[in-house]
Amino acid sequence: MTTRPVRFYQVGSFAVGNRLLGDEERTVQSNSERTNSIDSGHRACQGCGEALGARYALDAAMRATNGQLVAVNATGCLEVFSTPYPETSWRIAWMHSLFGNAPAVATGVAAALRVKGKTDVRVIGQGGDGGTVDIGFGCLSGAAERGEEILFMVVDNEGYMNTGVQRSAATPPAARTATTEIVGPQPGNTFGQGKDLPRIAMAHDVAYVATATVADLHDLEAKVERAMQFHGARYLHILVPCPLGWGSASNETIHVARLAKETGLFPVFEAEYGVVTSVSKIRRRTPVEEYLKLQKRFAHLFGKNPRPDIVMRLQEIANRNIERYGLLDEEEYVARHAASFEVPV
Amino acid sequence: MLRQIEGSRAVAETVALCRPEVVCAYPISPQTHIIEAVGVMVKEGRLSPCEFINVESEFAAMSVAIGASATGARAYTATASQGLLYMMEAVYNAAGLGLPIVMTLANRAIGAPINIWNDHSDAMAVRDSGWIQLFAETNQEAADLHVQAFRLAEELSVPVMVCMDGFILTHAVEGVDLLDQETVDAFLPPYDPRQMLDPEHPVSIGAMVGPEAFEEVRYLAHLRQLDALHRIPAIADEFEAATGRRSGGLVSSYRTEDADTIVVALGSVLGTIKDAVDVRREEGDRIGVVGITSFRPFPSVAVRRALNDASQVIVLEKAFSIGHGGVLATDVAMALQGTDCVLRNVIAGLGGRAITRSSLEELFATAAKGELGALLFLDLNTDVVDREIERMTAVRRSGPSAENVLRDLGLPREVGRAS
Repeated sequence: MTTRPVRFYQVGSFAVGNRLLGDEERTVQSNSERTNSIDSGHRACQGCGEALGARYALDAAMRATNGQLVAVNATGCLEVFSTPYPETSWRIAWMHSLFGNAPAVATGVAAALRVKGKTDVRVIGQGGDGGTVDIGFGCLSGAAERGEEILFMVVDNEGYMNTGVQRSAATPPAARTATTEIVGPQPGNTFGQGKDLPRIAMAHDVAYVATATVADLHDLEAKVERAMQFHGARYLHILVPCPLGWGSASNETIHVARLAKETGLFPVFEAEYGVVTSVSKIRRRTPVEEYLKLQKRFAHLFGKNPRPDIVMRLQEIANRNIERYGLLDEEEYVARHAASFEVPV
Repeated sequence: MLRQIEGSRAVAETVALCRPEVVCAYPISPQTHIIEAVGVMVKEGRLSPCEFINVESEFAAMSVAIGASATGARAYTATASQGLLYMMEAVYNAAGLGLPIVMTLANRAIGAPINIWNDHSDAMAVRDSGWIQLFAETNQEAADLHVQAFRLAEELSVPVMVCMDGFILTHAVEGVDLLDQETVDAFLPPYDPRQMLDPEHPVSIGAMVGPEAFEEVRYLAHLRQLDALHRIPAIADEFEAATGRRSGGLVSSYRTEDADTIVVALGSVLGTIKDAVDVRREEGDRIGVVGITSFRPFPSVAVRRALNDASQVIVLEKAFSIGHGGVLATDVAMALQGTDCVLRNVIAGLGGRAITRSSLEELFATAAKGELGALLFLDLNTDVVDREIERMTAVRRSGPSAENVLRDLGLPREVGRAS
C-alpha cells in the first residue's frame, strides 16, 4: 500500500480532503471520468454501504486494469438491487450465476481468458458475507488453494440482509438478527462462533489479503490497486454497514464503518503470502459502546435492562484484535495528534 | 480407426478431438476414467490451448464450466450419480443461462443406500433442468454422440448431457471406430457464442427476472428444445454423411414392422432386449424394440410414429418415481394419448442388478400371453421384502431396512428369519 505524509485532517472525520491533494493523488471516485461501474438508478437502500463499497472497489479496479475487467457476482443484495430485469446498473462485463459458486465461476472465466490469450483481462469475484463465509466458502477455499487468477472481494454487512436480516457466520456476537433474536439469557448472536475469513484466507497462503471499510476511501482504493499488482488468488474484505440490518441511520454509514475500525472490532490490515505487512492504526481509541449504540441490533445491550457484561465481552474481542494486529501505536498516536493541531501558515 | 478400447477411453479420445478449451474434473465412479484420460492429454499439451482444472466439488465443476462457457470457451465435464445431484443447482443454472456445456453422465444409482452401480436415477433427476439428454446404446454411439453434442449445444445455446451406462459401457472394452481430427474439425466448427463476458462489449449475464418476463424466458428455452427435435436427426444425418456411420437421432427401431408388442427402453439394455426379442421372434411372437436416444427433448411424435400399430407397449426402465412408477413410461403414455395401445411398465436393473436375457424372455413370453400387469419390478426378491415387512410389523425399532435386507441375504434362510 502506498502512503503519503498526512498534512491535514478534517475536523471530526479524519478523512483526507481531496481538495488538498494533487490530481494524481486524488481518489478514483473524485474523478468525473471514473467508470461508475454500478450506475445510478439501482435499488439499494438509502445509505447502503455495500453499494458504495462495491462501486469504490470496482471503479478502482477498472482504473488499475485499464478497463480490462470481468466481474462475477454471487447472489445477494448486490446482485438483486443492481439487476432487476430488464434494467442493469452494471457498466462493466458482469455475470451472476448462483449464491454459492461465484469463486468457481470466476475460476472458469479466468481459465477461458487464459485459453483465449486475453491475459490482460483481470477477474473479480464478489459477494456478500453469506456468499463468502457460508454458502460460497467451499468454492472460495478451492479457488484460493489452487491460486486461481482471481481477486475475490466480499462486501461484508454481517448478515443475510437480502432475505430479511438473518445470521451468517460473519454476524458479530450479541447482534440481533431474525434468527438470533433477543430472547433468553444470552440475547442476540452467540459468542464464540463465526469465521474470521481474512485469517482463513491468509492460511491459504494467497498472494494478497486485505481488509478495508467504506470509511477510508483512499485506503480501500489503494488496496484494490495493490491487489491488482499481484497475480494468483487475492482476497479483499470490505466492511459495509447496512442501515436496514444494523438499524443504523442511513446518513451514518461512513461514521459507523469508521467506528468499527477505531474500536478495533474490525481490524484493517493487509497481508502478503500469509504474513501481515501493514495495519491501519487506530487514530483515536474508542470504546465499543460508541459503535454499538449507533445500531439498533445492539440496542438490547443498553436502555432499560442494560447488559454491561455482554458489552464487556465485545470490548474483549476488540482488545484481542488490537493486540493481535498491533492496532495501537501510542507514540505515533500522540505525534499525529500533535501534528494535526499545527495550524498551517 | 477401429480400436479395442474401454468405453471411457473412447469418450475421452473423442472429447479430445472436439478441442475442448476448459475441462473441469471432480472424481466420481464410474466417470473417473474419462476425466483422467482427458487430464493426461491436456497435461501432455496435446489439446493446447486447454485448461484442466481439478476442482473441489461437482458443484464447482459445473460452476467453472459455466464461467468458462460464458467467457466464450468450449467447456466440458463429466459426472455421475451423487455428483450430478451435488451440482444440481448449477446444472439448472447452466441451462437457464443458455450455456452450451457438454457433460458426460456415466449413469449410476443414487443413494441411500449408497450404490455405485448403474441405473438411470441420476439422469431422471435432472430431466426438467433444461439440458438436452441423449442416451447411448453402445460405446460407439457414446463416442459419436459427444461430437454431435458439441455441435448441437453450440448451435442452439443449450447444454447437452450424453448419458452412458456406468460400468456396463464406461468400463467395457470393445471395438470402437474412433474418428480422426480432420473429420471432427469439418463437422464441428469453432464455438461462436451468442453471449460473452467481454470488457470491450460489456453485458450483464444472469440478471434477476421477475414475473413479468420469467415465463417468456422459460418458454424460449422450451422452443430451443423443440428446435432440437429437428436438429438432432439433421445432425445425425450430417454425421452419417461425414463418417458413414449412423449414430444418434431421436429414436431407433428394431423389428417393429409387424410388431403387436413393442418394448421401449433407454441405453445399453437395448442390446439385451434385442437378443431376447430375437429369441421370442423365433417362438413366433410379433415383438419389436424402440430405443429412445433423445430423452430430452422428448420426441413424442417420433415415438408415437415408431410405436405405430402396436397394441401393447412395454416400457422397461432403470429408474422410477417412488410412489408413482416409471418416468419414461409417463412420457410414453403422453405420446400415446388417444390410442388404444395398452401400456405396461417394467422397472429393472436398479443399482446395477443384471437384466438377464432369460428374465427378459420370460417377461416377453408373459406379455405375449397378455398377462403382464401395469407395473412390474423385474426379478424382485419378494422373499427378503416380505421378511423386512414382517420385521417392521413385529417391532417398532426394526432398524435400518437396507442393512436388514443385506443380513437376510447373507445368512442361511432359517437363521435370517430368526434374527
